[in-house]
Amino acid sequence: MAEKGSYEIKVGLAEMLKGGVIMDVMNADQAKIAEDSGAVAVMALERIPAMIREEGGISRASDPQMIKDIQSAVSIPVMAKVRIGHFAEAQILQALEVDFIDESEVLTPADEHNHIWKHDFTVPFVCGCRNLGEALRRLGEGAAMIRTKGEAGSGNIVEAVRHMRQVQSDIKKLTVMDQDELMAGSKNMGAPFALVQQVAKLGKLPVPNFAAGGIATPADASLMMQLGAETVFVGSGIFMSEDPAPRAKAIVEAVTYYKDPKKLVEISTGLQSAMKGLDMSEIPEEERLQERGW
Amino acid sequence: MIGVLALQGNYQKHIQILDTLNIRSMEIRYPEELDSINGLVIPGGESTTITDLMNRIDFFQALREFSKGKPILGTCAGLIMMAKSVPDSRVKPLGIIDIEIDRNAYGRQIHSFTDKLSVKLNGKESQITATFIRAPKITKVNDEVEIISEYAGEPVAVKQGLHLGLAFHPELDKVSLFHEFAFKSQFINETKNHHAA
Repeated sequence: MAEKGSYEIKVGLAEMLKGGVIMDVMNADQAKIAEDSGAVAVMALERIPAMIREEGGISRASDPQMIKDIQSAVSIPVMAKVRIGHFAEAQILQALEVDFIDESEVLTPADEHNHIWKHDFTVPFVCGCRNLGEALRRLGEGAAMIRTKGEAGSGNIVEAVRHMRQVQSDIKKLTVMDQDELMAGSKNMGAPFALVQQVAKLGKLPVPNFAAGGIATPADASLMMQLGAETVFVGSGIFMSEDPAPRAKAIVEAVTYYKDPKKLVEISTGLQSAMKGLDMSEIPEEERLQERGW
Repeated sequence: MIGVLALQGNYQKHIQILDTLNIRSMEIRYPEELDSINGLVIPGGESTTITDLMNRIDFFQALREFSKGKPILGTCAGLIMMAKSVPDSRVKPLGIIDIEIDRNAYGRQIHSFTDKLSVKLNGKESQITATFIRAPKITKVNDEVEIISEYAGEPVAVKQGLHLGLAFHPELDKVSLFHEFAFKSQFINETKNHHAA
């Protein structure tokens, strides 16, 4: 009998997305540009984070019709976002057969205490994190892939770097702990003990770890890959720039050749302006999307 | 030395399988690196992305030349890339195995599955666990192609000359027999070298 929806099958798709770029798109035309530029998947959403930040209001899961249009326009996996804790939105996206659900801090949270119990679903989930404790809580709930949050829609890489370094440093600390220190480690980071033990042994997360939130240039993509990301999400960085298609192509190539500075010169040459971006001091703490998630 | 095409996809998992077989491996990102290897794995990933990246650096001619004398093992997107024909203009296959492919024919991710398969290689039959992720179907098979495994009456693993193509992911279930079979002669040489060193 064929088995579907097992945790291994969910992580299996995340494995196939490695070494690639997942692009935020708002309609079928943008999805086609993303696919033609070499994206490994698209994230369908009504407003990219930079617009959400500008326009305000409640951000919800996308209109099913828009997701269907994108699904028929491209052959690569189609992902979509739900509000934190909004399992009904997730049920709808699963019925739509999206390939991955992002329970995302970019949308307005529906539950300020609980995330979705993701083990109940056949479709795999990705969730954001700022540190290892948060990553392992999401894995405990059934996420099949983790992405560091960064600050979505900022065009500023500083938070993505902070979160990736934090996760890596938390992992390193676990690997040098004695067995009898791991329970305190688990308590201090608020993470499930079994997963803490597993990470201490593996020296890495048991699922792929991708980077998101502020990637705007090929060099940003290379930086995140060198810091340990296995794929990058690019949200506002492509369709808020002056040259979406060439920039998308350049970022795809930068992820493949992230260790080759000469190649990166070639890739980075001739692009127009990247998105303008925001300094973190311009984003008040209560407006930072990364604070969402518990 | 066996190469694993590292343009995009889960190439690391294939390197781990080759490690368990004590076969030395390297990641391949440039056509000229093909000169240093005796066999190649084309991993799973997205065939549109792999096509695009191969186009940008002109891997096609180099890989076709390589396939004339050295074995290639392709899984999922790798199988798609090795096919003769893929009726989808977004993908440009290499034409190494004389088959036709229907991409994502099993459906979207919620239809991805794991099941038992029986595989016939070298006259020996083995039972394995196979994971199919948004998998392609092999829709036509030419006479020179040997079907080494079927699922629900349809071919899911094929062999032509030195080359193997699989619709599923042995590397996800730590199944090493395909890598061992495809690169066996290299495996023997490398083991010898290893002992000599």
